[in-house]
Amino acid sequence: MAESEKNKAKLHFAYDFYKIMKDSDVTFAYEGEITHEITKAFSSLAESHIALTNESNALQKRVFHVMVESLQNISKHSAERKDEKSMFAGQGIFMVTKDDQEYNITTGNVVLNESIPALKEHIEKINSGNKKTLKELYKKKIKSGKLSEKGGAGLGFIDMVRKTGEKLIYTFLDLNDKKTYFVLTSTIFRTK
Amino acid sequence: MRIIKIEGTDDTPQVTLDANPENPFMEISGRSLPEDVVAFYDPILEWLDEYAENPLEKTVLNIKLEYFNTASSKLLLDILLKLEDLSEADNDVLVRWHYPDDDEDMEEAGEEYEDIVEVPFEQVSYSID
Repeated sequence: MAESEKNKAKLHFAYDFYKIMKDSDVTFAYEGEITHEITKAFSSLAESHIALTNESNALQKRVFHVMVESLQNISKHSAERKDEKSMFAGQGIFMVTKDDQEYNITTGNVVLNESIPALKEHIEKINSGNKKTLKELYKKKIKSGKLSEKGGAGLGFIDMVRKTGEKLIYTFLDLNDKKTYFVLTSTIFRTK
Repeated sequence: MRIIKIEGTDDTPQVTLDANPENPFMEISGRSLPEDVVAFYDPILEWLDEYAENPLEKTVLNIKLEYFNTASSKLLLDILLKLEDLSEADNDVLVRWHYPDDDEDMEEAGEEYEDIVEVPFEQVSYSID
């Protein structure tokens, strides 16, 4: 009896999960390790999927851009790694929602508390910029910035905001005294 | 001088660096989002250093990328800076930046590089059907 109740709950969970995804316009969701292979697979999956829609080439490319940068942010910056030494694979969630107006690309990953102030400052600086100042910031960063050992150029967020014309939406959720969950959404309007 | 010829993949560009004086050709085309950008672009930068020791009368680099990620954008700048050095040493250098005619973002990326580096740039649009 207990066993069948448990099975029933499992099946109901699948349905509830499906409903939540439908209700929130989630078209794609993943939780786990993000490697380079996964980044390639997800972005080309989205690319071929979106190519079948009536979206403009420009919009298709922007979605692809934001996806790649978002996925690479997790693989390079997530503080949760199966293998501490693995440079190009981090744990996180990756989600795409889509409605009549927009695509939203959301990532979530663990960050160390000590990295929050710099991260916040970086995003706020980008969010307070306009087209012109972001262009200047991009030029300044690409000229002066050094690549991190993981090959990060520090340009991902700037590029996301420049490509979408939309500010980054983000939040930090407390986990414990060392770690925080960082959630970031980038919106791409379908009409622009 | 040795020739670099790298076939393109779904995440790395096709690269041809051939300084044969009869029929030179230098081009980077396709997509660039390598897992390890530094490892991918290092041999190209090294080749350019060697090339700079004894360059051709005219150096033309074609860049015809359909997509590159931000990490690659930094390495592309490093390549262009090598050409800037070459140009500043009184060599005839030209970068031909090819972009799909419906891709404003790629056109703008070329214009930005043109602003950043002191190298003659030529913007070339092409159509894809």
